[in-house]
Amino acid sequence: MSESFRRPPHQPKGRQTDPGSRAEVAALLDARSLRRDLLIEHLHAIQDRWGRLATRHLAALAELMRLPMAEVYEVATFYAHFDVVEDDAEPAPVTVRVCDSLSCCLAGGNQLRRQLTASAPDGVRIVGAPCMGRCDHGPAVMVGRNAIAPATAENILALATEARTEAAPFPYPNLVSYSLQGGYQLLRACLDGRRSPDEVIRILTQSGLRGLGGAGFPTGQKWRAVRSQPGPRLLAVNADEGEPGTFKDRFYLETEPHRFLEGMLIAAWAVEAEAIYIYLRDEYPHLQAMLRKEIDALQGCGLADRPIHLHRGAGAYVCGEESAMLESIEGKRGLPRHRPPYVAEKGLFGRPTLVNNVETLYWVREIVERGPDWLRSHGRNGRQGLRSFSVSGRVRDPGVKLAPAGITVRELIDEFCGGMAEDHTLAAYLPGGASGGFLPASLADVPLDFGTIEAHGGFIGSAAIIVLSDKDDLRAAAVNLARFFADESCGQCTPCRVGSARAAAMLAEGDWDERRLADLTQVMRDASICGLGQAAPNVWASLFRHFPEAVR
Amino acid sequence: MTKPVSFTLDGQPVAASPGETIWEVARRVGVAIPHLCHRPEPGYRADGNCRACVVEVEGERTLSASCVRMPKDGMVVHTASARAEKSRGMVFEMLGLEAPLPPAGEGGAQRSWEGEGGAMAYGARPSPRPSPASGRGGTDIDLSHPAIAVDLSRCIQCGLCVRACREVQGNDVIGMAFRGRDERIVFDFADPMGASTCVGCGECVQACPTDALMEKTLAAGIEPDRSVDSLCPYCGVGCQVIYHIADERIVAVDGRDGPANHNRLCVKGRFGMDYVHHPHRLTVPLVRKDGVSKRADDVIDPANPWTHFREASWDEALDLAAGGLRRIRDAHGGAALAGFGSAKGSNEEAFLFQKLVRTGFGTNNVDHCTRLCHASSVAALIETIGSGAVTAPFIECLNSDVIVVIGSNPTVNHPVAATYIKNAVRCGAKLVVMDPRGTALARYATHMLRFRPGTDVALLNALMHVIVTEGLYDRDYVAARTEGFDALAVHLADYAPERMAPICGIDADTLRQVARLYGGAKAALIFWGMGISQHTHGTDNARCLISLALLCGQIGRPGAGLHPLRGQNNVQGASDAGLIPMVYPDYRPVEDAEVRRFYEELWGQPLDPRNGLTVVEIMHAAIAGRIKGMYIMGENPAMSDPDLSHAREGFAALEHLVVQDLFLTETAFHADVVLPASAFPEKTGTFTNTDRRVQLARQALQPPGAARQDWWIIQEIGRRLGQDWGYGGVADIYREMRRCMPSLQGIGWERLQREGAVTYPCEAEDAPGREIIFGDGFPTPSGRGKFVPAAFLPPNESPDAAFPLVLTTGRLLEHWHTGAMTRRAAALNAIEPEPACHLSPRRLDALGITAGAKIRVSTRRGSIALTARVDPRLPDELIFIPFCFAEAAANLLTNPALDPFGKIPEFKYCAARVEAVA
Repeated sequence: MSESFRRPPHQPKGRQTDPGSRAEVAALLDARSLRRDLLIEHLHAIQDRWGRLATRHLAALAELMRLPMAEVYEVATFYAHFDVVEDDAEPAPVTVRVCDSLSCCLAGGNQLRRQLTASAPDGVRIVGAPCMGRCDHGPAVMVGRNAIAPATAENILALATEARTEAAPFPYPNLVSYSLQGGYQLLRACLDGRRSPDEVIRILTQSGLRGLGGAGFPTGQKWRAVRSQPGPRLLAVNADEGEPGTFKDRFYLETEPHRFLEGMLIAAWAVEAEAIYIYLRDEYPHLQAMLRKEIDALQGCGLADRPIHLHRGAGAYVCGEESAMLESIEGKRGLPRHRPPYVAEKGLFGRPTLVNNVETLYWVREIVERGPDWLRSHGRNGRQGLRSFSVSGRVRDPGVKLAPAGITVRELIDEFCGGMAEDHTLAAYLPGGASGGFLPASLADVPLDFGTIEAHGGFIGSAAIIVLSDKDDLRAAAVNLARFFADESCGQCTPCRVGSARAAAMLAEGDWDERRLADLTQVMRDASICGLGQAAPNVWASLFRHFPEAVR
Repeated sequence: MTKPVSFTLDGQPVAASPGETIWEVARRVGVAIPHLCHRPEPGYRADGNCRACVVEVEGERTLSASCVRMPKDGMVVHTASARAEKSRGMVFEMLGLEAPLPPAGEGGAQRSWEGEGGAMAYGARPSPRPSPASGRGGTDIDLSHPAIAVDLSRCIQCGLCVRACREVQGNDVIGMAFRGRDERIVFDFADPMGASTCVGCGECVQACPTDALMEKTLAAGIEPDRSVDSLCPYCGVGCQVIYHIADERIVAVDGRDGPANHNRLCVKGRFGMDYVHHPHRLTVPLVRKDGVSKRADDVIDPANPWTHFREASWDEALDLAAGGLRRIRDAHGGAALAGFGSAKGSNEEAFLFQKLVRTGFGTNNVDHCTRLCHASSVAALIETIGSGAVTAPFIECLNSDVIVVIGSNPTVNHPVAATYIKNAVRCGAKLVVMDPRGTALARYATHMLRFRPGTDVALLNALMHVIVTEGLYDRDYVAARTEGFDALAVHLADYAPERMAPICGIDADTLRQVARLYGGAKAALIFWGMGISQHTHGTDNARCLISLALLCGQIGRPGAGLHPLRGQNNVQGASDAGLIPMVYPDYRPVEDAEVRRFYEELWGQPLDPRNGLTVVEIMHAAIAGRIKGMYIMGENPAMSDPDLSHAREGFAALEHLVVQDLFLTETAFHADVVLPASAFPEKTGTFTNTDRRVQLARQALQPPGAARQDWWIIQEIGRRLGQDWGYGGVADIYREMRRCMPSLQGIGWERLQREGAVTYPCEAEDAPGREIIFGDGFPTPSGRGKFVPAAFLPPNESPDAAFPLVLTTGRLLEHWHTGAMTRRAAALNAIEPEPACHLSPRRLDALGITAGAKIRVSTRRGSIALTARVDPRLPDELIFIPFCFAEAAANLLTNPALDPFGKIPEFKYCAARVEAVA
């Protein structure tokens, strides 16, 4: 066999930290805690400061945090927003991420990316990226941390050339204005003892509020389950909406952040959480800045009576899965955990944890104030409640549409979206983003709610409705979605890691072998660890089911 | 007690114990469920990622990985439903395409693939083994590591190697990087394995189910034809191993589930066994040629002994060897002879050797390298608690909440023991490491006290001062189980942390915190090594550690105790067997008339009534001409003694020197007769590890050429010195040992054949050995443990203007002791091929020397030239040189000054000077 590597005799095994890089990283992190769970935050600090993660800085970070190099490297390379490089002699490029999710592609994202790639000057790097949560104004682009939607080649190139890479501030009702409109009265009543946790939980239970991140678990029941666990308990907020086509959490955080924050503080109070962790997707840097500021304000005025940690995602769809999110908050790769144990029993740092989505918490105040019957008083077609539909695609007026649960897609388009876009006829729609499968126009009168679509091979999930028309190529759409899942599979379990990649390759090659894809469908649905792998086959399985002519 | 869980498995009612997974229950009741990422071996967490073990649970939407799923009462589980079978088949198909199996019959290391219900059962088809030069799909095979081949085209991302490296061994080199289809294992920052921080323990190789990580020997296509269960010959940890043999050569080594190692090994045990096949092996007896005189600085090429020696028959060699000894004995008395036995030999060899010296030579001048390692620890232990061995096995640290490691670098010197310390920390134990050098354990430590070299007593007294003055000691224990507390308390009054801080270099606050941590521990275990013992104040150092444990009642309970980590694989057993000048087997004093009478009766002759000389004293006596003849078996004092020029003069001055060894060692350069002996895998015998665990090694190979069993050689010498010995084998010797060693009472030869390992003391054949001792008092006259106060004294030789630095010596992970074995192990020597002096980056800068340059290191005793290595773990005033390199022998420099009690030299501290070499 061939020669072994000859280690130079003048140094210990492996990479050594150079003193200059160690000093640079030490100065950057300064007084920050070196706790293990802050690894991703510190990687962000380095990426933000130097535009990438040079291995010399990673080695220094590992040494300072007393972590093995491999642990730092595996985390850094798991997340799409970290750029690990061996050599950082040349200046880091400005990174322009062009959304390549289905909604943005329908809006011309692919052409935009081609244009940008062709005309990008030196020092500007054009890459594709998954959904940025701005599907109502596609195509979306991020120049560094500056999100632009809709984007044009001209405005993006101007921003990139000028290196305007930071998120712009935006107007929103701050703590004062929210409080002036009656905000935080309910929280105060809770903290004062005028409301009891049992009462609040009972109202939520009776109201029928269900988890709006997509799983639809009854909220009151979840709060009660966590509350019954032995302390110390924690609250983790899932602000990592990444399901392609979903942008409602962004919408609520932009328009009424304190309504969410109040709900969050009530939840923490109700389950007696020792601390709150918010996991915000990295595609929303403007919200990062806003939340930082408003959390500081809440802590300054004493309304936040427990620690609130704001964690940044780093570009990984799978971290929207609650247990993967917890892993990521702990500073690790975002690998979903096995259940049981459920996170309510053994969640963040092994403690009982309440995990709620932003929108779920957003509704807490209104539901408690208006009483247990209010939410139920809404609904259509035999269903109860309200849903915030993120509508994108071929409609005249896309956006977040607060509509009765049980509304059909036809009603939603006609009543809330100004009808189909000009010259487009409804051909198909995705009721639950990339995961929920394709439904045909013939099923445009099915009520949209938890549990109503499953019979047709799909689900509503986060209520991201992507509308496709007779002008759209369903097979191309399926390739887009299959690629997305293959890109975003964490790689932990065989069915999803191998299956998503194999299916994406088959579809991209036009190989729609029904038997082989059905095999993949079965193993992925039955044997994947988490919902990503279990739902990914909906992409092709729903086309075989509802659009046999398109795939043969 | 939680009650068992009742559920249904494939239609049968079954019960699971608490914590038992569905997979485990299934295996127990005989239902085979395939597995790839699950390794049902100690220390491995089930991960459930491969999905090869999925089963169907009635009423659940998806399948469950049975290796991680706990059954619940009333659960109905189908292991072979159509859904489960379909998914499992798909999983194998998916992985089979990506990572083809080796063709049947090729390679010897296929592990779980072909097992019960493995890949083959699902129709996965093997593909041709890739050529060594390049992997499938363009992936290059990484051959950068001297012992391990990495072929990622075979990898199935099961993560077993990551768990092996991180969770089992705590070496933290392998990670699972990138994600999804790009996911792959990496070493550090995706570095070639050989260029990474990998320590070569090979746990990943043993865990890998697909041979993606494989011994290079096996990857080259060698197939073992048989396997033998035995032990590792290197350190005192006592790992049980399996030697895989092809064509009478050891081609691979796996760990066995022994009580000390639970399948784990280190780089030496796994990849360091080819020394037995090295061409330098002595295969015929050698006799010094007529007219070839001896010179202290003579050097002989071990590959060509014919410059100084000629071949002899065994009869001639034995006659010459024994004849020379007999002549000296008869002319000058037994006191003119001495013998060095070996801590690498078996208990039986050690016993027979000391018997030979005491009976055949007629002297107690018998010693071995324990003198150079833990003599001071043993002196202190016997003085204070009446016994020189550990009070608890190292694995007890898993039950500790506080672990102290002082003057010991176990990741290097006891790597497998270190894995349990790291495991314990992962489970929440607090670790305090005290060492002037930083160590790999520092990353796991709550406190890393890098105190000034040689100030151990000041440091430890300061800790005890806090424990006493803050009332943190265990009053009941001190009152009931100890003596001398008042004197200790008075003595400690002078050792306030504030006063000791400037001496030991650790601030008073830290000293107080650490004292409180230890004082508040529920169960605390103290590990120490040569950094404690190899000082002129070594006995004082150990006394302090013992006092610390006695103060806090940290002896004799689970998770508590004193554990001097023993160095050689059988230094415990060799000492137990009496290779010590002052004691017979089981530490019974030679100067005790009653004891002597017992042995005189047993061996049927009068015995020398005086203590013999120790190792360094023997060398002085040799130079002075009082010792004229020596028999040295399996030791290399011409490398391991301090102040080697002086020691080598002693060997050269001997009238007659007999050396029995595997190679022509530096000691054998001075021999009159060299007897070719057998290597560890070539013999059967018992060996006692650092835990007092007596374990059986089984012969795996025949000695090469005319090399013979060591016990046979000793017996032949004995016969020629007038002993009428007729031992028929190792078992005969062991039976005689049991007649005079109560410690082995319950450990019969047949029991050892059966069980492989039994810890002493062991009262009866049907009783388990006692792992933790002294919970019920001490074997001292009063039954109490004694506090012996120790005053801080500086080392024997302090730095000055001429020799401004402090030199300390020790080992490297890859090289065992004087390097006689490991320098001849290809992979080990490839990793550490040449001598280097370790210096801190700032010291190098201050000296104007760049790392990699040749330097000269000098002390008052000598001078050597070697490469400068930068080592950030060293403090600026300290330099470190490993003593395994004959071409730059560190012990030419070391100080032979002795600890007055243990007679151990101060290997860990002397004044030195470093200069650039033009």
